[in-house]
Amino acid sequence: MNQVQNFTKGFIKENPVFILLLGLCPTLGVTTSAINGLGMGLATTFVLVMSNIVVSLVRDFIPDKVRIPSFIVVIASFVTIVELTMQAYTPGLFDALGLFIPLIVVNCLVLGRAEAFASKNNLWSSFVDGAGMGLGFAFALALLGAVRELLGSGAIFGISLLKGDLMLVFVLAPGAFIALGYLVAILNKFKKA
Amino acid sequence: MASKRESSFINMVVTLFIVAAVAALALGGVYTVTKEPIALAKKKKLEAAIKKVLPSFDNIEAVNVASADGGDSLQFYFASKEGQAAGVAIKSYTMMGFSGLIEIMVGFNEDGTISNTAVLTTKETPGLGDKLDKKKSDWPDQFVGKHPGTYNLLVTKDGGEVDAITAATISSRAFCDAVQRAYDTYEKQKGDK
Repeated sequence: MNQVQNFTKGFIKENPVFILLLGLCPTLGVTTSAINGLGMGLATTFVLVMSNIVVSLVRDFIPDKVRIPSFIVVIASFVTIVELTMQAYTPGLFDALGLFIPLIVVNCLVLGRAEAFASKNNLWSSFVDGAGMGLGFAFALALLGAVRELLGSGAIFGISLLKGDLMLVFVLAPGAFIALGYLVAILNKFKKA
Repeated sequence: MASKRESSFINMVVTLFIVAAVAALALGGVYTVTKEPIALAKKKKLEAAIKKVLPSFDNIEAVNVASADGGDSLQFYFASKEGQAAGVAIKSYTMMGFSGLIEIMVGFNEDGTISNTAVLTTKETPGLGDKLDKKKSDWPDQFVGKHPGTYNLLVTKDGGEVDAITAATISSRAFCDAVQRAYDTYEKQKGDK
């Protein structure tokens, strides 16, 4: 597999949200608006890339039996770094994402890539894999957020587009499931075609 | 692929120790760097809220006052302008929200009328309960200029004078509760003086 494929697989072919259905807890929770989805996606991307790099670098040094705890410590450290940095420099976004930032630690996507890819591949491939998967995740969250924001509050990235009575349900929790279901269905249709 | 280190007891202990130590060092570093910006961002947010609820001031004095109903104490921010008292901003809260805790800032003029209100933290439903916030709707305007001593701080459904937000009576009720708590404590504190 060349590096281009390695990078692009995260967007459509192995998209973490639409195809692998990984990390759905933050996906459903934070995507009430496009900007929240994008912010969460980029925070996760950072953690994913950094943890993939570190895991790939230390993969021969870590004995097999303690690899999971070691990976978790690495991931948790990067999550805490992201959390503190966001709290300091983007307090508005931090308030909106709130609880979900620390929960990146338990996002199975991050540990999944560390275990399934970075611990078996070299530094460069792991970096590309992390970036591709992370941006694919960010793309999916931003798309889901945009759809929900448009249908629920008539705006995209806070820019008002529609007026009048809207389908408020899309901003609420059930709307997340409905919107995600339709997006997965549409993507599957394209994938087969 | 290079051979992994053996999972012997000593290897595992040493590895975990090193991983944890490096993580701790990194986190300590980031914490030190971001400590000040975080404190600054929090202070800015608070000052912005006070500024929103009080017309004009040049000095703020913060005091904790025990709540009138025996609950958690409320923060009072006595404002003054050129040595003259210019009202007080009270950070109040309620647990009656649709999703629990709501924290608001209520500004009182010297004569006890409400100057303005601002929402600090809320987990109320987006599109419904979050209309408590001036940023989302004009609903809180109805409190401006009212004196809680003569103005019945209950939603119309409960026999009061506050028009509840459509489909968000619980949130509106909670908001009234928080304002009432601020006022009661304000009166009590005046009496104690």
